[in-house]
Amino acid sequence: MVAPTTPETKVVFKRPESFTDVTTHYCPGCTHGVAHRLVAEVIDEMGLREKTIGVAPVGCSVFAYKYFNMDFVEAAHGRAPAMATGIKRVLPQKTIFTYQGDGDLASIGMAEIMHAAARGENISVIFINNAIFGMTGGQMAPTTLPGMKTTSSPFGRDVELTGFPIRMSEMLATMDGAGYIVRRSLHDAKHIRQSKKAIRMAIETQERGLGFSMVELLSSCPTNWKVAPDEALKFIAESMIPVFPLGDYKVRPELAGLRV
Amino acid sequence: MEETSIIISGFGGQGTLFAGQVLAYAALDNGQNVTWIPSYGPEMRGGTAHCTVMISDDEIGSPLVRNPDVSLVLNLPSLDKYEKLTKPGGALVANSSLVNRGLERDDLEHLYIPANEIAEEIGLARMANMVMLGGMLRLAPVLPLEVIKQALAAHIPERHRRTLPMNFEAMEQGYAFAERTLTKAAA
Amino acid sequence: MAKELLKGNEAFAEAAIRAGCEGFYGYPITPSTEFLEYMAKRMPQLGRAFVQAESEVAAINMVYGGACTGKRVMTASSSPGVSLMMEGISYIAGTEVPAVIVNVMRGGPGLGNIAPSQGDYHQMVKGGGHGDYFPIVLAPASVQEAIDYISLAFDLADKYRNIVHVIVDGNMGQMMEPAELPPMRELPKDPPSWAVTGAEGRQPNFLSSIYIDPADEEVTNIRLVKRWMEIEKNEIRYSEYLMEDAEFAVIGFGTAGRVASSAIRAAREEGVKVGLFRPITLAPFPKKQIEEISKRVKRILVVEMNTGMMLDDVAAIVQGRVPVEFYGRLGGMTPFPDEILDEIRRVADNKAPINGDARAEWISRLEKIVEEGR
Repeated sequence: MVAPTTPETKVVFKRPESFTDVTTHYCPGCTHGVAHRLVAEVIDEMGLREKTIGVAPVGCSVFAYKYFNMDFVEAAHGRAPAMATGIKRVLPQKTIFTYQGDGDLASIGMAEIMHAAARGENISVIFINNAIFGMTGGQMAPTTLPGMKTTSSPFGRDVELTGFPIRMSEMLATMDGAGYIVRRSLHDAKHIRQSKKAIRMAIETQERGLGFSMVELLSSCPTNWKVAPDEALKFIAESMIPVFPLGDYKVRPELAGLRV
Repeated sequence: MEETSIIISGFGGQGTLFAGQVLAYAALDNGQNVTWIPSYGPEMRGGTAHCTVMISDDEIGSPLVRNPDVSLVLNLPSLDKYEKLTKPGGALVANSSLVNRGLERDDLEHLYIPANEIAEEIGLARMANMVMLGGMLRLAPVLPLEVIKQALAAHIPERHRRTLPMNFEAMEQGYAFAERTLTKAAA
Repeated sequence: MAKELLKGNEAFAEAAIRAGCEGFYGYPITPSTEFLEYMAKRMPQLGRAFVQAESEVAAINMVYGGACTGKRVMTASSSPGVSLMMEGISYIAGTEVPAVIVNVMRGGPGLGNIAPSQGDYHQMVKGGGHGDYFPIVLAPASVQEAIDYISLAFDLADKYRNIVHVIVDGNMGQMMEPAELPPMRELPKDPPSWAVTGAEGRQPNFLSSIYIDPADEEVTNIRLVKRWMEIEKNEIRYSEYLMEDAEFAVIGFGTAGRVASSAIRAAREEGVKVGLFRPITLAPFPKKQIEEISKRVKRILVVEMNTGMMLDDVAAIVQGRVPVEFYGRLGGMTPFPDEILDEIRRVADNKAPINGDARAEWISRLEKIVEEGR
């Protein structure tokens, strides 16, 4: 659909060039689409589309490559940071980002993400934390909240048996190689705007060669949480944020004065 | 077809692998085919280390051999192993500084050299391997001493270059010791 | 350039560099570690990428990423490390990007040991990773041959957008031998059209092994197998030694084949008309050549440093035309020439012809050898 443009009309909202004109496969109320759009907008605004290579994960966002209008590769489960490393090291001038969920990044891909950060790998990571495995139908993730019901913790996550949620941002912030590590949320407009700024900062970190950057985004999964979309957003605000506090966990001093 | 197999064996740290490499470089410089293959593993220091050097005028098939033509043994465990394995009529050179028994076999050309003592007199105990090599070249002249010395000069690690004259001396003394011993035995 | 005395692993690494390798990603493991150490020193000097990964799993996925940029990239490892890489190898195969993997094989299964072995034949030759794919497998037998074949490996990988495994054993990685390195090749200026490099002034490229619709995956599988048939047609390589008038053929690859050549030389001195057929491409396998051999020799002896993995492939080709005997050492043991000479004599004299299963009879002979402590 082409918006009518006359001298009197002004385009205030359009599809970013970094986005394809494709309907996503995401469930109603899922915030993956929001996160995708924020990334696309930032890449457009920074004029990086033609030098960006994205790395898609295994998980609900396995098809992320369909929605981004740029070069993309599809990694094995959890290995996106390794694949991104492989690309970045032979194409150091290009902009490389991974887009990963909590199963991908915090469970099977724990080693790859930790070591990418430890090496100060100059890549940006968009980390979608919705406290559940979405693609396989709602099993317990390493970020599942204590007591939370999933198909593999049907009586609620029992921390005695299954341990506690992993806070990736806090952990990665301990790495000297990390340049920018923050946690944001996608549960309302204000937080979405903050999330976009954080994504911009992450890519700026990479463009300045300041090391590993990651934006953790608290996201909703109404389908697997088995709640309505609006309740899902409320769940983020009321239940997830207390376990996963929003904030800046690592910001290199060189970034302190940067306004985006 | 002329193919000679040499095994050099001792404790890790005695320079057995390097002695073999010097032989291999020299064989190459001498226009021959050669392979050098080490025992390898976690025994960086203190364990046993040995290498096999094959020198031939033809293409070399197996780089390994069960029964070497020449055995150079720098310690007792190596003697225990390679006295049995050395080819009948082959040559065995033992380091008498660390070997406290004679040979059980009587079908081997053999030579005992107090390699550690000779090396210490020269001033560097680490050069027992070169003393042994020099002695071996007298007993089993697989290559001329001069060729070996040139190979050593060309391939000694930079950090050890200052020890080159002492290495030469070690080889020469080993050779001379062998000369004296073998002449005496023949007389 | 004159021949130099080169250490296997280091020579292999330099050969890869001279063939235009721009990215090396690896993890230390004996007996391949010198390969990585050499790369750690040389690649940065040339402004090329070297990463010591956190694991073989990460290393192969870095190779996967690097391969997607169209640059020549590789890893080198040893048996247990290659097992860990199998996931990434399958993804690389499914994505149809070129990559070279060197396996300096050691004794197994499991942690096994660090001694030389050919026990990864099945894993390397038959695929190893999940799904329908076909790696090219090169098995050189000397330092020089490995240098030459590592160059070829990159060319074949690029030509067919295929995985190429170069398999050697610990003996070859650790040994020193005179060899000549090729000159440094110039790096290509432009990436291939399929590579991800940033979609500057062109439609985006997407590289993946995902074909969510089985109908699409089937089309992909057809493409892969057709490509493989093309490779089978074009890329068979092998070496023959004293085969012209041979009445008996020894078939062995890599070190086993090389050791056999010493035994064959000795057997010839005894008047036994025996020759060596040494496959260099284990995949594609020189089937036609082995079939031809089976039509002109009296008996075949397969020699390996495993339990007869290639034996089965040879027997399937020979189809009982002549007896196929076997001799192998296991678990990191390398056969000595005299053992193979004994086997050649036995096979040539036909004193104890196989009377049933060649593998079963070999095991009983080997058990005796093990008992005798040889």
